[in-house]
Amino acid sequence: MEDSLCAGEASVLLQPSSPSWSPLAWAAVLVVALLLLVSQPPAFLQTPLIGYLLTWSPALLMGMLANIQISVLAVAIGTLAGLLIGALQLSSLRPVRMAARWYVQLFRNAPMLILIYFSTYVFPFEIHLGSHYFSFPDWIKVTLGLALPASANVAEIFRGAILSIPAPQWEAASSLAFRRSQLLRWIILPQCLRRMLPPWMNLYATITMGTALASLVGVHDLLDTAQIASTTVNRVDFTVTVYFTSLLLFFLYCYPISRFTQYLERKYAFS
Amino acid sequence: MPLVESRPEAGQVLVELRDVHLAFGHNAVLKGINLQVRRGQAVSIIGPSGSGKSTILRCITGLLKPHSGSIILDGVDVRALKSEAALIELRKRVGFVFQQYNLFPHLTVLENLVIAPTRILGKDKAAARREAHVLLERVKLGGKAAAYPGELSGGQQQRVAIARALAMQPELILFDEVTSALDPETVGEVLTVIRELVHDGMTCVLVTHEMRFAEEVSDEVYFTEAGLIVEHGSADKIFSDPASERTRTFLNRALNGDARGEARRDGVGRGPGKLPLSPHFSPISFDRLKFSI
Repeated sequence: MEDSLCAGEASVLLQPSSPSWSPLAWAAVLVVALLLLVSQPPAFLQTPLIGYLLTWSPALLMGMLANIQISVLAVAIGTLAGLLIGALQLSSLRPVRMAARWYVQLFRNAPMLILIYFSTYVFPFEIHLGSHYFSFPDWIKVTLGLALPASANVAEIFRGAILSIPAPQWEAASSLAFRRSQLLRWIILPQCLRRMLPPWMNLYATITMGTALASLVGVHDLLDTAQIASTTVNRVDFTVTVYFTSLLLFFLYCYPISRFTQYLERKYAFS
Repeated sequence: MPLVESRPEAGQVLVELRDVHLAFGHNAVLKGINLQVRRGQAVSIIGPSGSGKSTILRCITGLLKPHSGSIILDGVDVRALKSEAALIELRKRVGFVFQQYNLFPHLTVLENLVIAPTRILGKDKAAARREAHVLLERVKLGGKAAAYPGELSGGQQQRVAIARALAMQPELILFDEVTSALDPETVGEVLTVIRELVHDGMTCVLVTHEMRFAEEVSDEVYFTEAGLIVEHGSADKIFSDPASERTRTFLNRALNGDARGEARRDGVGRGPGKLPLSPHFSPISFDRLKFSI
């Protein structure tokens, strides 16, 4: 009964023209349905294939958590660095401005995989501080590798948002005797933040998808777990299923973000 | 209570432009402007579009820097101001009202009025709010303090913009075609506010296409064309007996438009008390075209 109710609701929600349900509620329903399937599998699901999948699903979810952890940290670092570099791009000092622009161009136009290899092999595997040794795990290196393009993109989003504030706003604030720094702080930046939110969330989704590359440098993430599961079970149908499940997990995580971004874009379009 | 106290030193020269030249690239916009504004005066600048009227106002408040000539505001040479601090001091004394209002869309009406006095002049927040409420009452928008600019009509936004300029207690206000983006019915509300300001003795420089209004309120009228002052004089003189043939042609066209507007006004029979209406606008609702940022 509960199952069929959930399924019914989900099918209604799948239609794009149901604005009464937020993407978050939609995702919540799917997650609940998935958990119900895992905890009380109906008879038709108890084939060997599904059994394998259920066995491996905790490991897959843990892998997904690693991806989420990397993405959150990479975007957090990238955002802080990006805001700084974005501000430097608007500096009145030409050398500073040019350096910041080159940083942005360099890391915005580089494939993420190359940046991940770059950060993996550039940084040492441990750091000596006096007599202490701190290990520098691969997942941190990947995080830094992804923070590079994230910061370049945030810098560009920030610069774009500032330049998108119409010139009359600068003029109006100037005529009210605002200094440049006061004008930025009180007039321009507050208007920028809401404009930056949708592209910033798009960037987050992109970086999250990029975290799948972490498996290539030995980070134990979702894709790496899927590979291990696939070779361990060694069944063609399971291999297909496990990669399909990985795809689904990424989709379940990224799709609500994308929908929420669209919602924000509509909301801020004319305000 | 008047919007501003009339000033004891009324009559002294407050602004003086001498032989001001400005070019954007190869396009000479001002080709030797001479202009004088005395304290307590209302001075109108009229003339065809593109004749440099708005540019003159931007030069006075230091938003644009002329290439040669001098602009003296109460003894201060505006062109010589190099540092940001000096420009800030100048702009504290000069208010500016824009054609497109340029209110801050992320702030409420009240915050629009309070932000500059508190952040720039360092005024106490409660006092600034009290003064802002008084100013809003004066521009007849007492009930709109909590609204956002995007929720107001063009005429209301423009009155907020005037109140925002007044909140800084400037000695001089520059009005840059402040009714040109408004529909005929709201033009009246804005002009009423400006008329009161002029009567209260505020020094005003108006760039305008509202010929009747310019004639009514101005002490002095300047007619510009192609970056030059063609002629200037008292409003009576310019509107009844201009010296220049060019001024005469321009005013004939503008006032013939008025004549037609008059006829239509009588025919349609708009409510009384809406004067003066602009001759330049067809009765389209510009409210529909309202845009925000």
